[in-house]
Amino acid sequence: MAPLLKVDNIEVYYGMIKALKGVSFEVNKGEIVALIGANGAGKTTILHTVSGLLKPKTGKIVYNDNDITKTPAHKIVTMGMAHVPEGRRIFQQLSVIDNIKLGAFTRKDKNEIEETLKYVYERFPRLKERKNQIAGTLSGGEQQMLAMGRALMSKPDFILMDEPSMGLSPLLVSEIFEIIKAINENGTTVLLVEQNAKKALSIADRAYVLETGSIVLSGDAKDLMNDESVKKAYLSE
Amino acid sequence: MVTLLDGLSLGAIYALIALGYTMVYGIAKMLNFAHGDVIMVGAYAIFTVFSITGNPVIAFIVSIILCVVLGIVIEKLAYKPLRTASPLAVLITAIGVSNLLQGLAQLIFGTEPKSVIILNKLGSVEIADGIILNISTIVTLVLSAIIMIVLTLFIKKTKTGRAMLAVSEDKGAAQLMGVNVNKIIMITFAIGSALAAFASLFYLIKIPVSPSFGALPGIKAFAAAVIGGIGSIPGAMVGGILLGLVENICLSIDVIAPYTTSIEFGLLILILLVKPTGILGKKIREKV
Ligand SMILES: Nc1ncnc2c1ncn2[C@@H]1O[C@H](COP(=O)(O)OP(=O)(O)OP(=O)(O)O)[C@@H](O)[C@H]1O
Ligand SMILES: [Mg+2]
Repeated sequence: MAPLLKVDNIEVYYGMIKALKGVSFEVNKGEIVALIGANGAGKTTILHTVSGLLKPKTGKIVYNDNDITKTPAHKIVTMGMAHVPEGRRIFQQLSVIDNIKLGAFTRKDKNEIEETLKYVYERFPRLKERKNQIAGTLSGGEQQMLAMGRALMSKPDFILMDEPSMGLSPLLVSEIFEIIKAINENGTTVLLVEQNAKKALSIADRAYVLETGSIVLSGDAKDLMNDESVKKAYLSE
Repeated sequence: MVTLLDGLSLGAIYALIALGYTMVYGIAKMLNFAHGDVIMVGAYAIFTVFSITGNPVIAFIVSIILCVVLGIVIEKLAYKPLRTASPLAVLITAIGVSNLLQGLAQLIFGTEPKSVIILNKLGSVEIADGIILNISTIVTLVLSAIIMIVLTLFIKKTKTGRAMLAVSEDKGAAQLMGVNVNKIIMITFAIGSALAAFASLFYLIKIPVSPSFGALPGIKAFAAAVIGGIGSIPGAMVGGILLGLVENICLSIDVIAPYTTSIEFGLLILILLVKPTGILGKKIREKV
């Protein structure tokens, strides 16, 4: 079976700066794939390029058998891909419920949207309690939940998450990872970027290690967890 | 009382124009200095179609359509290619578009001011003892109020309205929701231009149209948008009405009247000194 996502030798530039130097990887249906690497390695750049916010100079991205290399971001969303961006980027001045409704922007069927909303509220009861609150006044953890709930509202087959544990207390980090696992068990494929390599590898099926714009290592998450170089660079406490 | 209501109606005109500036700024992050000239084109459209058909309603409908199309065309041809250009390039382009529109108007209609007679003959009513109001003032106030309520509801309650707010806050995140940012910008220009068409109708009741018809209300409405807080929709309404009231009150007092414009812009400077983001303006956050 062809992979759900196939990224083939992409190069991405910011002006003259080459941020991705020929990156290739795959994500299969049903997997959780982790992408780990130091600050500035290019993890966010990869996710932005997959979801269409950035365009590669060379290379090719195929999603669900469609070449999406040149497809604008708003169209990629309608193909069943959602992206929980770095720093959450919820709409701070809008209410929680308005943020959630924007997550369902591409969907038409009111009843189906209502059903997804119920699912999101079950997953994140806190969002239901606070649905009329202005999103900017939520706590960091609640904002992360909103960003995830908002992404789930498009009922994605594939979800990209960029450092969902950033800035959260250890207890909340565990909770967020539990939720990611649950989302995956519910049938959604996950591409996860994390600083918290240990946690990411513990829930992932496979992982890729990124260093200054190139993938230097890849394999089963369990194997990488025991790899000496990975241990030294990313798993030291 | 009459002065206040007249001021309110002038303020409503400024508010309608200011909404165009502020919405475009909020969503496309640019200042459309050709906006005032859309009002001029709208006024000439009313004048021309009315001269031909004798029907003010048809004249106004044609004017709205023309303004909306013009707004969309200006955005597509002049601004869209400059989405990533420097603000200075956009500003110069806007001034260029403005000069082009005024030049074209002068070429077609000459510099002679033209008025639409029927609008000036709307008459007046006595609403209470000794209080005589022009019907045009009442029409302006009522219609403007309806327009602003409808606009507010549209933005708060509809999917497109929410998408506009999302784009104004974070374009990238809005795209990730599936919002087509180019389409939202186009819709914003269309709405701003439709509001400008209403403003041109109301302003045409006050003064005849010439190629520079839009310049003064344009710049005052821009000041109003800044006073209210550029990017803020309620701000544009508040700023416009405040400026209209101040202008009419100053004009009604003989000793102050000659200094009216200075006082208005003095007010602008004063408010910016006290609150740099305008009355209802939010802190400006730069986003990727
Ligand atoms: N908008 C931009 N303009 C110029 N350079 C950029 C821009 N965004 C990122 N870069 C550069 O591209 C490289 C990769 O950045 P990226 O944000 O993808 O890293 P990252 O792996 O996500 O890092 P972090 O873990 O800190 O989030 C960095 O060197 C960064 O400085
Ligand atoms: Mg990053």
